[in-house]
Amino acid sequence: MNEMQFLAWVRGPGLDISVGILVLGVIWRLFEIYSLGRKADLAQARSRSGASGWHTLYRRSLPAPGLLARSPISYVGGYIFHIGLAIVVFLFAPHIKLASLVGLSWPGLPSPVIDGVTVITLATMLVMLFDRINKPVKRYLSTFEDYFTWALTFLPVLTGYLAVKHLLLPYTTMLAVHILSVELLLIALPFTKLFHAVTVFGSRWYNGQINGRRGVPV
Amino acid sequence: MSASLEKGISVLKEMIDAPTASFFASCVHCGLCAEACLFYTETGDPKYTPIHKLEPLRRVYEQEYTLLGRVGKMLGLSKALTDDELEAWSELVYDSCTMCGRCSLVCPVGNDIVYMVRKLREGMAVSGHAPEGLRGATKRTIEIGSPMGVKWPAVQRVIQVQEGETGLKIPVDQQGAEIMVLLSSMEIMNYPEYIGALAKIFHKTGISWTLSSKATEATNAGIQIGASDLAREIVARIVTAAESLGVKKVLSPECGHAYMAIRWEGPNLMGRPFKFEVVHVLELLDELRRAGKLKVKDKFKTPVTLHDPCQIVRRGGVLEAPEPLLEQVVSEYRPMTDHGKWNWCCGGGGGTSAIHEPDAEQLRFKAFQIKKRQIEETGVDTMVTFCANCRIVIEEAFDHYGMNTKLLGLTELLAQHLED
Repeated sequence: MNEMQFLAWVRGPGLDISVGILVLGVIWRLFEIYSLGRKADLAQARSRSGASGWHTLYRRSLPAPGLLARSPISYVGGYIFHIGLAIVVFLFAPHIKLASLVGLSWPGLPSPVIDGVTVITLATMLVMLFDRINKPVKRYLSTFEDYFTWALTFLPVLTGYLAVKHLLLPYTTMLAVHILSVELLLIALPFTKLFHAVTVFGSRWYNGQINGRRGVPV
Repeated sequence: MSASLEKGISVLKEMIDAPTASFFASCVHCGLCAEACLFYTETGDPKYTPIHKLEPLRRVYEQEYTLLGRVGKMLGLSKALTDDELEAWSELVYDSCTMCGRCSLVCPVGNDIVYMVRKLREGMAVSGHAPEGLRGATKRTIEIGSPMGVKWPAVQRVIQVQEGETGLKIPVDQQGAEIMVLLSSMEIMNYPEYIGALAKIFHKTGISWTLSSKATEATNAGIQIGASDLAREIVARIVTAAESLGVKKVLSPECGHAYMAIRWEGPNLMGRPFKFEVVHVLELLDELRRAGKLKVKDKFKTPVTLHDPCQIVRRGGVLEAPEPLLEQVVSEYRPMTDHGKWNWCCGGGGGTSAIHEPDAEQLRFKAFQIKKRQIEETGVDTMVTFCANCRIVIEEAFDHYGMNTKLLGLTELLAQHLED
């Protein structure tokens, strides 16, 4: 397989397979989790403004009092790399072009801005990896999956940057590697902790709703 | 696999619901829950990270309810839970968790961790891995009627003494009274003046009330240990008594876990809503205050701070009543840095104070250091609270650290300063 064949494969069958696994996986996991249902709470609810699932959905995006100082890298790093990822994924012109395949389009950001955001995102992810190894609690909790999913998230950003900058490997090969790394990420998403990207909404909502019935804005 | 372990695992399977699955699926191992837990912040030992305390439950979830987990189990890639593991986890699920719920307030993905600790305890109890002290308390509640072994004649003696001290009649088994008052054993044994305080307040405000000789105990060790069948039996006594007396309201004592048991878990244990309303004593007092019926003759002059019991405030939702009530009766209130729903636990909630092993007690004292610092930062030497269990735990910690801080109960403080 030469580099063109490699690129053709990742753009064709590779993409089909990974998107297929992603879609089926997400549907399966959502079913697996939320079909478990739960018992109705029979205690008479107390209502208080600010105490609901919807409030918690938003509120948990902000640091809890005192915690920013106790784990600054988790928060600051977490914001930067999540926002950075979103910018790079959704506002890079070639990515938007992909969306045009399904008839969608939106304005992107200029390449130098995307370059800057990419470098910041990569640097932040390295700092977060360091924090995971350095901070006793994180190190204690970490399993193979934590490092594996870190790598699966880091690689697409790194290879994308290298491809754009024509570094390390010929462009075609690097682009193919980039797409392949994205495909691995898509395949892993439903079955690893990366699935928090989906369940975070359900979890926050449940917590807010469960405690909201008691009148506690959590 | 032993029969009790098998039963434990099957209970854990039953416990796992959609929120639990969603929470486990969302955890990214960020470790922020540790920063909210007094057992971690005061020891620095990562094993006390709240989400880690749930590992046995998470494994059952993974092995039984996820596709990959089931495949892994079939291929023999994952091990089933063992008795040894659960025994090792007992310290993490009981000794070092007071179910204070602070972790549930901070998790960035929104996991309600204490919701799951409550579930894990069901499996721990049934598989025989709950601590001895808590098992004893539960057994006494079922057999004698109180975790401290207090029987009705002892309550009667306390009633007589309080009637003597207040000159007021304390009604018992009064059919059709508006309110049935519940107590905790701690109050009966250690703070009987709470009963006198209530008698004064009810007399002053003209509210009809009664105690029940069939159900005075409000605390529920069945919930703390995690045995829903026993918890239901304990709650049922109250429900039967209240419904046969035909009261409109049942008054939960100051005790935090008692409030959680009767107000929030009670109807779910019984499988039906109650025919009466459950009110926490502070909610009632605050209602009286707002109606202008709780006038004080003078104020307590010494500056005070306030300890908010977790199960009443953060977990129970009695958020607005405590501070205005306190300010009604003291000249100066200095809040701690973290107060209200952000308070730090006394270290002895969730049945933890019933565990009398030396290691657990030492851990409790260690965990208390955060409260100690927060009290010291306020610069006062008097603290008010509204939970009998917090009071015992805090007084023991004051002794341990040689602190001269005085501790007062809010209801009694109000009663002492009530207009004549």
